[in-house]
Amino acid sequence: MKNEDDGEMAEEQKKKPCRFWIWALSSVFFRLILISFPGNLNLSSRPEVSTPLTSIRRLAEGYWLKQASMSPYAGSMYHGSPLLLSLLGPLTVQRIKGQPSHLLCSLVFVVADVLTAMLLRGIGQKLQMAYGLNARLLGFLKSSRDKGILPCGDIAALVYLWNPFTIVSCVGLSTSPIENLAVVVALYGAVKRRVPLAAFGLVMATHLSLYPATLTIPIIFLLGYGLDAPPIKLFLQTKSVENQDRSTSDVSKTEAKLKQTTRVPFLWKTVLHFVFWVLLWSLCVLVLCGLSLIKHGGLEEMFKSTYGFILSIEDLSPNIGVFWYFFAEVFDFFRNFFLIVFHVNILFMLLPLAIRLKHRPCFLAFIYLTISSILKSYPSVGDSALYLSLWALFVNELVDMKFSFFLFCGYLGISLLSPVMHNLWIWRGTGNANFYFGNAIGYACFQIVFVVESVSAMLNHDRALKRCNSKNSREVKN
Amino acid sequence: MVPVTDSGVPSVDPIMARLVRTWISLLILQSFLVAIAFGSEEVEEFSEALLLKPLPDRKVLAHFHFENRAPPSNSHGRHHHLFPKAISQLVQKFRVKEMELSFTQGRWNHEHWGGFDPLSSMNAKPVGVELWAVFDVPQSEVDASWKNLTNALSGLFCASINFLESSTSYAAPTWGFGPNSDKLRYGSLPREAVCTENLTPWLKLLPCRDKDGLSALMNRPSVYRAFYHSQRLHLSTVESGEEGLGSGILLEQTLTVVLQPDTISVEANIQPSWSISSLFGRKVVGRCVLAKSSNVYLHMDGLSGHELKSVDTELEAQKLWNNADFELSLTPDRILREINSFLLVFDIEKSSDSEPFDLGLTWKLPAKWSCQQAPLHASRFLMGSGNERGAIAILLKATESLENLSGRDLTNGCCTVKVNIFQIFPWYIKVYYHSLQIFVDQEQKTVIEVVKKINVSPSTDKMSSGMMEMMLELPCEVKSAAISIEYDKGFLHIDEYPPDANQGFDIPSALISFPDHHASLDFKEEVTKSPFLSKFKEKSLVRSYTEVLLAPLTTPDFSMPYNVITITCTVFALYFGSLLNVLRRRIGEEERFLKSQGKKKGGLKQLLSRLIAKIRGRPVEAPSSSTESHEARSSVFSSKLLFKIILVAGAAAAWQYFSTDK
Repeated sequence: MKNEDDGEMAEEQKKKPCRFWIWALSSVFFRLILISFPGNLNLSSRPEVSTPLTSIRRLAEGYWLKQASMSPYAGSMYHGSPLLLSLLGPLTVQRIKGQPSHLLCSLVFVVADVLTAMLLRGIGQKLQMAYGLNARLLGFLKSSRDKGILPCGDIAALVYLWNPFTIVSCVGLSTSPIENLAVVVALYGAVKRRVPLAAFGLVMATHLSLYPATLTIPIIFLLGYGLDAPPIKLFLQTKSVENQDRSTSDVSKTEAKLKQTTRVPFLWKTVLHFVFWVLLWSLCVLVLCGLSLIKHGGLEEMFKSTYGFILSIEDLSPNIGVFWYFFAEVFDFFRNFFLIVFHVNILFMLLPLAIRLKHRPCFLAFIYLTISSILKSYPSVGDSALYLSLWALFVNELVDMKFSFFLFCGYLGISLLSPVMHNLWIWRGTGNANFYFGNAIGYACFQIVFVVESVSAMLNHDRALKRCNSKNSREVKN
Repeated sequence: MVPVTDSGVPSVDPIMARLVRTWISLLILQSFLVAIAFGSEEVEEFSEALLLKPLPDRKVLAHFHFENRAPPSNSHGRHHHLFPKAISQLVQKFRVKEMELSFTQGRWNHEHWGGFDPLSSMNAKPVGVELWAVFDVPQSEVDASWKNLTNALSGLFCASINFLESSTSYAAPTWGFGPNSDKLRYGSLPREAVCTENLTPWLKLLPCRDKDGLSALMNRPSVYRAFYHSQRLHLSTVESGEEGLGSGILLEQTLTVVLQPDTISVEANIQPSWSISSLFGRKVVGRCVLAKSSNVYLHMDGLSGHELKSVDTELEAQKLWNNADFELSLTPDRILREINSFLLVFDIEKSSDSEPFDLGLTWKLPAKWSCQQAPLHASRFLMGSGNERGAIAILLKATESLENLSGRDLTNGCCTVKVNIFQIFPWYIKVYYHSLQIFVDQEQKTVIEVVKKINVSPSTDKMSSGMMEMMLELPCEVKSAAISIEYDKGFLHIDEYPPDANQGFDIPSALISFPDHHASLDFKEEVTKSPFLSKFKEKSLVRSYTEVLLAPLTTPDFSMPYNVITITCTVFALYFGSLLNVLRRRIGEEERFLKSQGKKKGGLKQLLSRLIAKIRGRPVEAPSSSTESHEARSSVFSSKLLFKIILVAGAAAAWQYFSTDK
């Protein structure tokens, strides 16, 4: 009987990756089919997909200006990184005969998407192992097989690959797949404890879109404390309980050893190593940027038109955020005040979240990313795609999340209504700006509910663990 | 108040009056002396001319030309006889080297009114106000000079030229616009309405105003009824070359109107007959006595049928008149001839009140002719729909004159036509220069094949307007060429929209010029005599302006600012509050907290009852130990309260201080 079960399990395990690869490949094929349509389905000009920061048309304009020996930032068109410009710029010009002009760029984005999915899978597998380990340590899982644990890596990777938001931003030629890749590289490096890789990812992500700078805190926690785990208090409780019946079981001996490794104190050395690498990589990036802009105003110009553009919200073209309309309407006198208030809103939440969720750094990173994609100056669906797939990494913990169906319907409704409202306002002229802004407000509300519910579900999960643990220990004592 | 009028002075103070009188006589003497001293040199000159020209499409063009010349002289104590002081002050103050200002209403019809003669290349102007100026100041001060100049002109001409002050509305063309200079600034206001309030200050600059001479013809209703109306002021400084002598100024004022004669011709295919009085409702009753020359010209262009080789003799001229298919009410004083056009010169010196000058033209036979057109006819239009993005296209169509043009450039065996395109884009038209597409004879060409030179200065949001200068080189046998360029429409802050936001925004005209082609009319005779004819003889660049485009932009809801602010802030409060609430909540502790809250409430109630008892002045029936503690607590309470009040007051004072400081 047991052998049969084992065989089934093995078969299932064999089958699962197989099924995963089939789905992953089919998503790639789906993308390739969509790419081969001429005119990239007009997705690249959708405000939901391409923001002033991520639009490939603006990148092409920047590259054209650079080729015409002007600063790529002349004319407030391009606001991205000069490195991205030298990487993707030539591809916007080169054409393969008989193929759509955007083919090469699209292929780069498909590759970026696939890489991101694979790295997410890696992170997920690591998290899954950690989850199983912790569950066993706390005594919730008796058998060595994690039958009840969902393969969160595969799920997250597939969620990323098949999320319509991801597909749209990949096919719609926005640079957000590359930004997402940088963010996931940083997390992957931290999870796998490859410090240089983590530093590289963080520096690149910050360089590309500024907001991932907040990820420094979770990455330091990841490197310092290790992977996501239930609060340390629980382990102490179980330890004391186990110490009492140490003599009864021999298995706990090995587990106690393992426990010691999970309860390591803060690893200052690794973190310092990380800081060193961050400094090194940022120096590299700055030098490269400086070299590529040496004739056109240098780094000052770059910071002014990338970070300055993000922070001062100069472009008031509509997007799925709420800032554009706010700053188009707000009185000039209050503009600076509200700019500060809105940006500080992101920073204010960093500390409380870090205190409360410091035992779950990956989850903390997910929350930070979600918050910054809500409160971003120029948000796009590409950011949502990233945090939604990161959310899938915590399916095991977040099974009891409230309002998930409501949120799903909300996201669906918003993504269907948004093009309609945009069409009514911009193209037909029968609606006005309030239609689209209402949509954006709705989207912001759903995202806020999503964040709040995720955090509360995670905290509830910890509470439930604690309750179970105390019950367990009471039983043991009895 | 000291009265200064002559009549008032003696009554007040006879001594003072005498003083003033001697002073005035001294002044007069001095000015005579100055006039004698400088009279030996060049003197200020004024000349007026009116050109009438029947147009192929049954209209008549009237072109007034006034030239005022101030010779170089010392800039100190300058006195002008004829030259307007306002203009000379302007030139001196802002160091203007060359400037042109035009007010235009209506669109020049290049097809029927011609595009290859000096008249059209100089007087066909874009709708609204156009201003360009070259300054003689260091490069860093050019922008400041431009700003001052626009404000001065705005006051002088009662127009909103001061809108050209902001850096988003002017540009600094390098070579695409006529004169090559790095101190040139160009700006145009397509929406400016032109009316009598702009004409009156313009007329004030003339020595005779509109009281006498040719300018008396400018009857406002007839001038503003015109199909095309362009009032132009061009001034340039003439360097004297001598040391210590300032520069002279040449002020040229022209008014070009295209009128439709009222007379109904008997036959449909005969051109309508007209006379000066029927066109303007007035007659010329004499010349402006201050003018050195004052002539009326009649320009008959491209008339076939009388192809005489020379009109030297009176006899032949007479013959011409007998053969011509039109009849004039007056005989011309002179006839000048160019390759395929005649210029009939009339002198108006003889005219007087009793015998006014009223030139009339009556057609006897149907006549058909066409004006020479520019090599390529340019038109510009917008493509795309919706308020998000679009494309601007400029279409160049070959005209018949392209084939028989002399100004061909035969470089390495193939014949090419060069076309300069100069275009200003307002910042809210965000142009993607990489999307530039060129079609020659409906075939897409790469940019390198056709564009010989390109200069782009992209626009910066809310800071500066964009500019594109492009030189195309097209083969001579080209039928049509089109360039298109994509753009995104900007989204503006609500304060940046004009009052009627839904009308749309204007994109200024593009200037198409042909650097290899120059228009000139060389009427062999007496060029030196008349400044008007010498102006025609000068080679002028063939240029044409395209239409002004109207781009509608999306508008936000103008009534919404408060709603948007409150709704957005509510969403932020929702985010902040609920997230913090979730983080703060601890279920086990909450129960404890609730319990303690209940206890505290009881305590508070007790405290309240005690307080009431104290206020009533009754002793509290409670153990003394508790009252003691209560007293201590109340003192703490009051000090806390006091502290709070002080804090609030301090904050209020600080707020008051900072807010009044601003």
